[in-house]
Amino acid sequence: MSAFVQLMRRDLRLALREGGTTGTALGFFLVVVAILPLGLGPELKLLARLAPGLLWIALLLSALLSLDRLFHNDADDGSLETLAMGPLPLEAVAAAKALAHWLTTCLPLVLAAPLMAVLLNLPIEAFGALVLTMAVGSPALSFMGAIGASLTLGLRRGGPLLALLVLPLYMPVLIFGVTALTIAMEGGDLISPPFLILLALSLAAGVLAPVAAAAALRANFT
Amino acid sequence: MRLANPTEFMALADAILPWLIALTAALFAVGVYLAFFVAPADYQQGETVRIMFIHVPFAWLAMMGYSLIALSSIGSLIWRHPLADVAAKAALPIGASFTLLALITGALWGKPMWGAYWVWDARLTSVLILFLLYIGLIGLWQAIEDPSRAGRAAAILAIVGFVNVPIIKFSVDWWNTLHQGASVIRLDGPSIHPSILIPLLVMTAAFTLLYFVLQLIAMKTEILRRRVAALQAARASGAQASPVAAG
Repeated sequence: MSAFVQLMRRDLRLALREGGTTGTALGFFLVVVAILPLGLGPELKLLARLAPGLLWIALLLSALLSLDRLFHNDADDGSLETLAMGPLPLEAVAAAKALAHWLTTCLPLVLAAPLMAVLLNLPIEAFGALVLTMAVGSPALSFMGAIGASLTLGLRRGGPLLALLVLPLYMPVLIFGVTALTIAMEGGDLISPPFLILLALSLAAGVLAPVAAAAALRANFT
Repeated sequence: MRLANPTEFMALADAILPWLIALTAALFAVGVYLAFFVAPADYQQGETVRIMFIHVPFAWLAMMGYSLIALSSIGSLIWRHPLADVAAKAALPIGASFTLLALITGALWGKPMWGAYWVWDARLTSVLILFLLYIGLIGLWQAIEDPSRAGRAAAILAIVGFVNVPIIKFSVDWWNTLHQGASVIRLDGPSIHPSILIPLLVMTAAFTLLYFVLQLIAMKTEILRRRVAALQAARASGAQASPVAAG
């Protein structure tokens, strides 16, 4: 348990020191949300209707952006192999890194989402549901993203391939996230069946994705 | 297992293929005759209902192909069966093509039947995701140079993506979809009249055998491709290599 926490704290410290990751993700989130009305037209009622889906898509793409660096830095300087030989199972290493990614990339995006929602004319009453559904669904993004990151580790032009591999896995999260948000916006319960499925996806990803990611990392070592 | 030896496999494939091809051709002959001349036209859809006799087999093979790839991937990861990688890699373009054909024939059928080439209902969306998984797997094989590393990575992705296959199967039950509900593989048995069910089953059997013919040929090609690569590598390093040992 302590080794896990230490690994997470190390990753958090590195991310804070590097600084760029969180800022770039937030900047990308803003840029994507900004170009949407430019493409769709500025009509506020239309944007308000589309806002739940647009915000979730922007979240997905922004989370995707920092994934290829998840294992990259450690693989480069050999620390990944050292971690693999250490006391922590490789599955726990992958989980710790995915959790650190969630804390440094997804969570800031989720907290910034209401600001982006203003740009898309989402009603203020929906902001709570927006943040909650995204907070519940975003761990799935980090953990399933870790699978894609581990599969494409070391590939020179792995970026587009990473997106191609990870976005199909993201699709259920997107579908249930937008549905849960829309239900809450239209007066239904926040804790609706889609919300619970979203939560289930995050929990399942948290448990199963590190296994797949660790297997993919081991495949890279041999 | 004797079949784990590529040379033995090649010999076995060479022995089986002529019979398999003949049987496939025979089944197609029977199936096409039944589909076009025996099965009745639908009272609502007319002759366009005959697209079903290729659309359903394509869709079935899209899922069967992915299931076989997932199975081979388990064999590759857990038992390190030497031919599992080859089987999985060979199956990818075949399965992807059948998936694409299922989507296209479905669109061609959807226009006269529903009025739209494409709708975003659960069945169509999940089959599209299946196609994306195939493309992703092919991309992974292309991107990673070392074949054994590529095989392990693709195996992991194939197993992760397998969750999509039951979703496709049950999507018409779980969601309110435009697509036809399950009418063949149901707990209560098929709900189609035999005059249409029999041609459908014959065509499905014919296409399934075609799949295995293509799969065997593709596996043979892949084994030969790896032998060539091994010979080229050996020649590049100046060593003498026997073709049998390199297989």
